[in-house]
Amino acid sequence: MFEAIAFYLFAFLTIAMFYITVTTSQALYALTALAAGMIFISAFFFILGADFLGAVQIVVYSGAVMALYSFGMMFFDTTREVKEKQGNKYIVVGLATVAAVLVVLIFSAPILSDNIIALYPIGEAGNTQEVGVVLFTKYLVPFEVAAIMLLVAMISGIVLAGKKMDASLTLMTEKEIQDMRKEKKSKKALL
Amino acid sequence: MMEIGLNHYLVLSTILFSIGLVGVMRRKNLLMLFFATEILLNSVNIAFAAISHYYGDLTGQMFAFFVIAIAASEVAVGLGLLIVWHKRYNNIDLDYLNTMKG
Repeated sequence: MFEAIAFYLFAFLTIAMFYITVTTSQALYALTALAAGMIFISAFFFILGADFLGAVQIVVYSGAVMALYSFGMMFFDTTREVKEKQGNKYIVVGLATVAAVLVVLIFSAPILSDNIIALYPIGEAGNTQEVGVVLFTKYLVPFEVAAIMLLVAMISGIVLAGKKMDASLTLMTEKEIQDMRKEKKSKKALL
Repeated sequence: MMEIGLNHYLVLSTILFSIGLVGVMRRKNLLMLFFATEILLNSVNIAFAAISHYYGDLTGQMFAFFVIAIAASEVAVGLGLLIVWHKRYNNIDLDYLNTMKG
């Protein structure tokens, strides 16, 4: 009973928030609606008994990803209205629905065949504990690879967004470094 | 109606996925395109968690974790590239991004 009420409430809220995200012409509205939708999605994870996944969803999406987006939006002109692509609306909606139905078919195909055995059944211990056990035994190598991928993404983000990151001091000669320093000083004097 | 089953979650996931796809197809601004990509990844995460719950298997949740990790790194790299593009050309419209020349 309460599960049904919670499901329908959060389904409505999530769909409304994401609809605002894809239709609004203001970047700030889109960002706020997306953050709210992410929080509402974590409610589904809590209903489904995936407590740790819900907590990770809140921490990573509304914490890290949204903070990153809001920092990124300081660089862009967000007050300007966003221009839209003028295409055939029916083709766009039709293609989107067909692709989404395909996704459902792909997901439900293995469920229809009943001869699959649960490899890691959900047991009596808490969700976080079981997730930890499975993550650090069967999925240890993907976990480490994901860690390296995040490290690479962090370094590339710093290099791309930082200033003067394309110059390497170790590859430059002494004279070039001194020229660069002089240029910097003259710029400061101008300011 | 009152009993929430796997199909309910899969239908919800489908609806969110179509919203995200409509966003990907009709947006011109690259930042908005990133938002739509996040919606796509999240709708698939709901399907993973629901199947994991109704099937009694933790593997679905594991995949959802890796999807979240990939989404986080995608945002970091994508926003870095977007900032570089905006510094150079002063816009982030998709129409001006049709050449690979640096």
